[in-house]
Amino acid sequence: MSAIRTQALLWYGQRLSAMVLSLCVLAHLAGIIYAVRGGLTAAEILGRTKGNWAFGAFYAVFVVACAIHAPIGVANIVAEATGERGSWSVAIASLLALAILAMGLRAVYAVVAP
Amino acid sequence: MTESLKVNVWRGTDVGAFASYDVPRSASQTVLDVVTHIQRRIDPTLAYRFACRVGMCGSCAMSVNGIARWTCRTHVASVARDGALEIAPLANLPVIKDLVTDMREFFDKWAKAKGQFKGTKTRHDDFARIAPASPERVAADAGIECIGCGVCYASCDVVGWRPAFLGPAALNRAWTLVNDPRDVAQGERLRAVAGDAGCHACHTQGSCGERCPKRIEPTAGIAGLKRLAARAAVRGAL
Repeated sequence: MSAIRTQALLWYGQRLSAMVLSLCVLAHLAGIIYAVRGGLTAAEILGRTKGNWAFGAFYAVFVVACAIHAPIGVANIVAEATGERGSWSVAIASLLALAILAMGLRAVYAVVAP
Repeated sequence: MTESLKVNVWRGTDVGAFASYDVPRSASQTVLDVVTHIQRRIDPTLAYRFACRVGMCGSCAMSVNGIARWTCRTHVASVARDGALEIAPLANLPVIKDLVTDMREFFDKWAKAKGQFKGTKTRHDDFARIAPASPERVAADAGIECIGCGVCYASCDVVGWRPAFLGPAALNRAWTLVNDPRDVAQGERLRAVAGDAGCHACHTQGSCGERCPKRIEPTAGIAGLKRLAARAAVRGAL
């Protein structure tokens, strides 16, 4: 795949993941406001999330969108800071993607698994 | 209005210093009038560039108090601070002498962005029919009044830190041609304007549109190029 095609696809991936993230953030904020307004405790919140796979699916999508969006941006920043797009930017972005996926999905599993 | 204006003008090449001149104020005086006064009445060795004096040719752009402007249409009254002006050559371009920059790279980038129209019809063919209200014609209209003054290029931070970046003017030119249904070099052009040296390097900071004397918004065209590049990449045509 040519370098410019890769970059155009990465830009598209970042743009699409931004659209997903904007909806996820709004839903996430609404959830927080709802939970806090009613004075729910952590135990009560976990009581509602445990076994709620729809809740888990929503946050899994959130995590995947983050794992796509942030590393592409970080790769761009590294490429600009070092003056070239190469193995460093790819390595740092890949590590960040893996870290976001691993930590994010683990957290989702922790609040959803019964 | 003060009696005279204290004007600091860049003298030299990339290495040089500001020289100070006192220039009498006059009604409706433009920055180009000030530079012309210095060259004709005070120091004939001052080098600067101008041609039409009416905002059509794009020759007289300079940095005025740190901001790139077309000097023939910039009134002193609107830019002088405490009766003083600082006039320098455009940023992001090599200086030939004093206020004259070397514009070769700027225009070479237009060529690199495939800024040349490439059609198939000859003078023996009928006129192409382009609906004035068609989306393509409207998009091209928004960018077509560029006079090539280099103000956007001098104002672009990305050009400053990424010298290979084609710049707002070249990409705006490419965008007007991308929207020309008569042009047959669209694939070639899209490949030329995508990537790190092209539209994907733009941060949409908007200095180009903010400073453009013709009120063009190159960032809008650059965003359009990104969208087209993405579609072409998905189809495998990039």
